[in-house]
Formats: sequence, structure tokens, C-alpha cells
Amino acid sequence: MKYTPVMGLEVHVELNTASKMFCGCDNNWFGAKPNTHTCPVCLGLPGALPVPNRKAIEGCIKIGMALNCEIPLLSKFDRKNYFYPDLAKGYQISQYDQPFAQKGYIMLESGKRIGITRAHMEEDTGKLTHATVNGEKVSLIDFNRSGSPLVEIVTDPDFESAEEVKEYLQKLQQLVRYIGVADGDMDKGGMRLEPNISLRAEGMTGLPDYKVEVKNINSFNFVVQAIAYEITRQTEILEKGEKPAQETRGWDEDKKMTISQRSKEEAADYRYFPEPDIPPFVWNEGILGRLKASLPELPDAKKERFLKEYALSDYNAEILTRTVAMADYFEEAVKVGKEHSVDATKIANTIINKKVNIDTILPAELIKDMRASVVEDTMNETDLEKIAEEVLAANEKSVADYKAGKTNAIMFLVGQTMRKVAGKAKADTVKAALESLLQSK
Amino acid sequence: MSLDLKNLTITSTKKALKEKEFSAVELAKEYLERIKKLDPILNAFVTVTEERALTEAKKADELLENGQDLPLLGIPFSMKDNFSTQGIRTTASAKVLDDYVAPYNATVVQKLIDAGVTLLGKTNMDAWAHGSSTETSDYGPSKNPWDTSRLPGGSSGGAAASVAACLATAAIGSETAGSVRGPASWCGIVGLKPTYGRVSRYGVIAMASSTDSPGPLTSSVEDAALILEILAGKDSMDATTATKPVEKYTHVLKTPRKMTIGIADDYFAGVDEETVKGVEAAIELLKKQGHTIKKIALFDPKYAIDVYTLLMRSEVSSNLARMDGIRFGNDRTFFAEEAKRRIMLGTYALSSGYYDAYYKKAQKVRTLIIEDFAKAYEAVDVIIGPTLPTTAMKVGDTTGNAMFGELMDVLTEPSSIAGLCGINMPVGFSKNKLPIGMQIIGKQFDEATILNLAYQYEQETHFAKEKPDLSKILSEVEV
Repeated sequence: MKYTPVMGLEVHVELNTASKMFCGCDNNWFGAKPNTHTCPVCLGLPGALPVPNRKAIEGCIKIGMALNCEIPLLSKFDRKNYFYPDLAKGYQISQYDQPFAQKGYIMLESGKRIGITRAHMEEDTGKLTHATVNGEKVSLIDFNRSGSPLVEIVTDPDFESAEEVKEYLQKLQQLVRYIGVADGDMDKGGMRLEPNISLRAEGMTGLPDYKVEVKNINSFNFVVQAIAYEITRQTEILEKGEKPAQETRGWDEDKKMTISQRSKEEAADYRYFPEPDIPPFVWNEGILGRLKASLPELPDAKKERFLKEYALSDYNAEILTRTVAMADYFEEAVKVGKEHSVDATKIANTIINKKVNIDTILPAELIKDMRASVVEDTMNETDLEKIAEEVLAANEKSVADYKAGKTNAIMFLVGQTMRKVAGKAKADTVKAALESLLQSK
Repeated sequence: MSLDLKNLTITSTKKALKEKEFSAVELAKEYLERIKKLDPILNAFVTVTEERALTEAKKADELLENGQDLPLLGIPFSMKDNFSTQGIRTTASAKVLDDYVAPYNATVVQKLIDAGVTLLGKTNMDAWAHGSSTETSDYGPSKNPWDTSRLPGGSSGGAAASVAACLATAAIGSETAGSVRGPASWCGIVGLKPTYGRVSRYGVIAMASSTDSPGPLTSSVEDAALILEILAGKDSMDATTATKPVEKYTHVLKTPRKMTIGIADDYFAGVDEETVKGVEAAIELLKKQGHTIKKIALFDPKYAIDVYTLLMRSEVSSNLARMDGIRFGNDRTFFAEEAKRRIMLGTYALSSGYYDAYYKKAQKVRTLIIEDFAKAYEAVDVIIGPTLPTTAMKVGDTTGNAMFGELMDVLTEPSSIAGLCGINMPVGFSKNKLPIGMQIIGKQFDEATILNLAYQYEQETHFAKEKPDLSKILSEVEV
């Protein structure tokens, strides 16, 4: 019996706003001492009230727009009620039935369309650490993270392979970095993933009647491993004629397996109701138009343009548009290169093959170096020999090293000669000339 | 008693302080002495802040010496114990918060501090504001100064009692449905419930987030207008506050306007005879003053009881979830019966399978009530009726009645859930010398109109200035 994976993905992205979602606390708390980025609001003290962070909401809408979502003109926050020690108010302010963005899609390289169910805003919880203090087993709560803005992006169950999932995650991470609203660093918890995995028997249509949610995955590679493990595990159960339990499982990265955490037979009743402390949002075309216009050129569009405008190979275009910084660098270099007849393809190859450090070498400097190294032999042999002789005479030690067997010493001599030659001879020609002179000495 | 506290209002006190009839410290000391003697009986206060009051009063005197002034400089206030006061115990009269010291000030509190008040203490209330009598306080009921065998009303019972017994010049309470107007009615003072969103809720321990409205309890309409001027306005810490400009409410009092007053029969049904008579007499007076009385049709207020009960208890069940004893306060085993009842019903009304039939349905009826009032206000400027169906009840009368709070507040619930403004005016006394109260209900953000009318009525009556004679209790204490 053949089974096809049916998978959906829930991703939480931490936004990089200056303050938290519902209070003015500094949102840059990574590495800070516990409970130093808190206030009555994110501590859930009696009487405290939430006031929504405009930049965060704009960030969520921009992510939705980048994912080709509909942005409904009416939206609101809702309370999701449940108890957990890291949830200060005893409810999380989230969005239930009227999210900021819904019904979008993203295209994979293969041309496959992944549906985006929704993208909504919510606040993060505090963090629990289990420790032993004075011999006593305790749980410590750090509320620095409490109230940080999160965008939750949910896909339709359109994934059929782990590779597709990995590609989606990389594209999503690239998107949020392009827009500039998040760092998406998985190792800092800036992007958290939960795949839903089930298997559909060959010949069956529609969604399988169960799904398994996997938590605690914090790298793209672990997602691939966890999915592979789940597919195997679920296949075994189905082959026996049984149905895998509807549950939440945790990925154990040491044991390289998923472990059952709790039964999801009954979804918890969160008693959602509209958040009475925050009036609903009513957008208009003007507001949404301005947000749309503020989006940067997105990766797919930029790559398409690079292919056309610069006649690059698909591979080069892919690498050069990986980050906004890289793409902007390339275009700056091309601009400078145009004035000196250095063409785009050469620039692309140089940046990629020579692994140019775009943080330390300015585009103009790159073009200068490229011009210096792309050289023709305009000097005649006799003059070159003369200069080479001068260099050898001035550098007796290097000559001695070379003769003693340190053949690398010639590189220093080549450098010295290239200086004197000032662009009138290629490096290879210079090296050959020096070698023949050294041979004859 | 060297100072005649009975006749003091904010206005007259400011004048007296300026003219150096007494100092702010002398005034504060007088109140504090009186509290020491009377509060063991009245139980209006949960916490008396004697040291702080004297420090603030001293500062006030220094400013006055330098010829400086602030809107409420040196005026002794009491605050309902659900207002967060930095460095001062804030309990909402609930044992769960027995030792909770708020680390920040509510916006209302900060505005009063900036206006120069002398804070005498935090007043008793129904625990978590769950009630209309102050009988459900975890610290025992407060007593009505007019008859100490009776209740002062609630949930701002301690606040109202403190003003009626001259234990503070003015008080701040809060109303979710009837909790300012109600105790003002039973204690014979002025109680103003501003429009929802007119005054910031930041720092007020939440009961029903969609109706809670902080409001003043005073001995005169002008005092209420002055306090509203100071407290009203957009607050960046409360997303539900309105950006509507704050009027100079004290100025609008000076220009009396003739109004059309709406009376709805259903608001007099089930009300005791003396209360009806008292309110009718007030209406007669208003007629004589030249206002037009018009019969209007409004939904029977009883429909608001279910709506309010469901919505309020649903929001309560969520708002109290943060009281888990982890970050502050005591754990949930400290919740008393009434709080548990409300949490349970609210949780039930929000739960899956029941949400549509209860919470959602209640919100829909709420919209109908809002529209019903809007239609009525096309024909009238204000609506008048009794505030509560009876005069003050006896201590012990409310126990055993699980729905007492919501049933007693039937006449104020409709305007509360519609977010309107309302003011209680004392209109006389029953045979038992118990105050009778009438409420004037206005459109959203039309506090100027109800204050204007209340002021006109007050000019010929001044019932709020009448204070109970507590000399018997005082002499007993002295002995």
C-alpha cells in the first residue's frame, strides 16, 4: 500500500519591533537578565491594560501581503483563555476568526503552490526553566519574553515531502528578512515550527481522518529528520490496519525520534471571545495601499528581474538575491562597473566564486580590484625581462628561498613585479618570465 | 469637632484653604481623627493612609504658602480599593489580594495626585466589585451612615459611606452597572457614572472590561463636574478611551438650559412606593423649572439583566484568571463564594457549545438596547427614573440571594451596557430617614447635559449637603 504524506505547517515568527506587542517594554531582551524587561502590562498585574503596537500589526500585514494574502478590512483581537504558569494574564491575546491576513499562497521552485491559510498576530508567553534551587526542584519563570509580538503563519495541508517543507521554511525566513520585520533566527527562537503530519492511502481522496502535530523542532534539518521519522512510524501503524493516534509529539534531537506528549483527541476549549480592551480595526484602501507600497522588491520578483536585466544564470541570480544586502551590493557594483566596461556576468562570477566579503569591500573597490586583475600583455618581452631582473636583484632573500626549494617564494616576487608593471602584463605572464629567469640563474 | 466638615465641598474647602480658615494639615487631621472614631462602626475603609495623607497635606500647605495652587490642592479624598495606588495596599476587598501592594498608580490616581489631593485611604467594596451592597466584601460589609443597621449599597459602598459620613470630602468609585449611582442613592450623595471610555480604566482592577467606568462620589454637582474635568480624556495606556475633547464641565453648569426629559413607565415598575413618590416629586420640581416632561417607550429594563449578567460574568471569568498566586497575591483557594459563582457562570457561558446561545446572543441584544436608547434620544435630551428599586436594605438581607447584585441593579444595567453616562441625585428621604435617589441618564459623552440639569435641580434642593447625625456614635466612642 502506498501512502502520500499530507502535511501542513504552523510557523511562529518573532517580530523585531523596538517594543513589545501590548506595552512599551524594550523588545530586545535576548540574553538579558530574567525579568528585567517587564512592566505591569506584560506581567499581567491587576488593572493593567493592553495597547496594540502599530508597527507590529503593520509587520504582520506586510508578511501577509508578501504571501499574497487577502487583507480583510475588518479585524480584531480575541482572548484565548487557558492556564499555564508562563501565561501571565491567564489568557493570550491572539486572533481567532478575523485574522489580519488570510487565503494567500507561496510558489515553490517546482511551480507547486502552497496555500497560506492565514497570518495573524499574537503575544508570546514567558519562558519556564526547570532547575534545582537549594536542593529543591523548582520551575523558574522569566517574563522578559511575555508580550513579545509573534506572527503565526499557517499553511494549508499542501506539503507532500520533507524537501518541500524545508524549501518553504527557507523561503519564509528569506521573506521576513527581506521585509525587515524579523531576524528569523531559529537558534534564538526567532522562528518556531510545528508540522502537522498525516498519511493518505493511495486511491483515497480528501484529508486523512487524523493528524499528528510535532513540536520542539529548532532547525530546518531537524524538520526533515522529524518528518522522515513520522512518515515511517505512521506507515508502520497504517500497514497494521490501525490508525495513528491524533496527538502532539515532541522531537527528541538526541534520540532522533518523536515522542508522544499529549492526546489531542479533544481540542482544548479556549473559550475565545473578542478582546474587550482593544477596539476592532477598520482599514481602508488608503492605509493598505501605503503598506503595500512600502514593501521592498521581494525575492522572487528580484530574481526574475536579475535574470532579465543582467542576463545572469539561474544559479547566480539565486545566490545574488539570497539577501537584500547581497542583491543591493551586486547592483551597486554593476552601476560602477558600467562606467568602466566591467560587465555584470563577470561581476557576478567574481562575487560568488571569489567569495567576496561584501561587508568589508565596497562595490567601487571591488570594481577597482577587478580592473587591476583583468589585464592584457601590452608590454614587450624585453621590457618585462628588464623589470623582472630589477625585482630579482632587489629581493635576494626570496631568490635564495626559491632556489632552496621554497617554490612559493615566487608569489612575493610576482606581486612586486606586478606593482612595477602597473597593469601592462598579466600575472601568469609575469610568473612565467620570473620562473625562466630564476631557472637560468 | 472644630471644623464643620458637614458643609464642606471641594469648592468651599478650596476657598477656606485659600483664605486660611484652616490648613491642609489641620483638615487632614480632622478627617483622620473622625475616621479613627467612626470607621470601626462604619467599616468604610480597608486601608487608612495616615502618614502619607499628612505628608501630602504638609506639601499642600507649603504650596499654598508660596501662593501656588492646583485644582484639588489639599482636598482629602478616599479611593475605592480597586484603584491601583503605588506603594499602597490594593485589595479590591478580596483576600486573594490581601497583601498585594500595587507597584504603579492607576491613571486616575496619578491625575489626582498631580492635582494635589490628600489621599486618606482605600475604601471597602464588594469583593472584586461583585455586588450591589458591599456585603460580599472579604473584610465585612460597610454600614450606611444614615442607619448603621443597613447597607450603603455597592460595589462602591465604602466610598459612598465615606462621603456621606464626612470621612472624606470626595471619593472615587467605579461603576460596571450601578456601582456608583447605586451607593450614591442609598447614601444620599451625588454619584456620577461617566460614559464608558471617558475616563481611563488603566490601573482599575478589571471587572467587566466593556462597561467599567471610574466616577466621582461627592456632596455637590459642581464637585463632580470639577473631578470629571480632571479625570476625563484620552489615555495612551487605555486603548478604549475616547479622543473626544474634554469639556470644561464646571463652566457648562453656569448656563442653565431648558431640556426635554424622557420618562419610561417600565423604569418605575417594581419600585417601592416611597421611592416612586420621591422621584415624582423631583420631576414635578423640574417641570416647574420649565423643563418638558415626555413619556417615552424603552425596552423593559429587565431584559438588560440577562444581557448584563452573561456579558459581565464572562468577562469576569477571564479577567480574574490572572489572580493565580504565582506573581502576586494569594492563590485561588482564597476566592470567596460570590467570586466563584461568577467565574463559573462566566466560564460556562463562554464554553464551546454554549458560546453562541449565551455570550454571542447577549452581545446581539446589547446592540438592540444601544439602538433603543439612540432612538429615544432623538426625542429627548435626558432620561430620568429611580436609581434603585428600594431604599437601603438591612445588613444580612442580601445573603442567600445568588443573583442579588444583578437584580438590584436592574434600573442602571441598561444604560451601563449601552455605555451611556448617568448621575444620581438625592431627591429626599423615606419615612425612615433613608435617602431616595433619582438618576439622570444622558447620551454617550453628553455629561455636560446631565450635569447641567442636575445642577439646576440641586440649586433648589441641596439634599446632597444633608448629612446624617453621627453624634450618638461619636459620643459612645468618646466614652
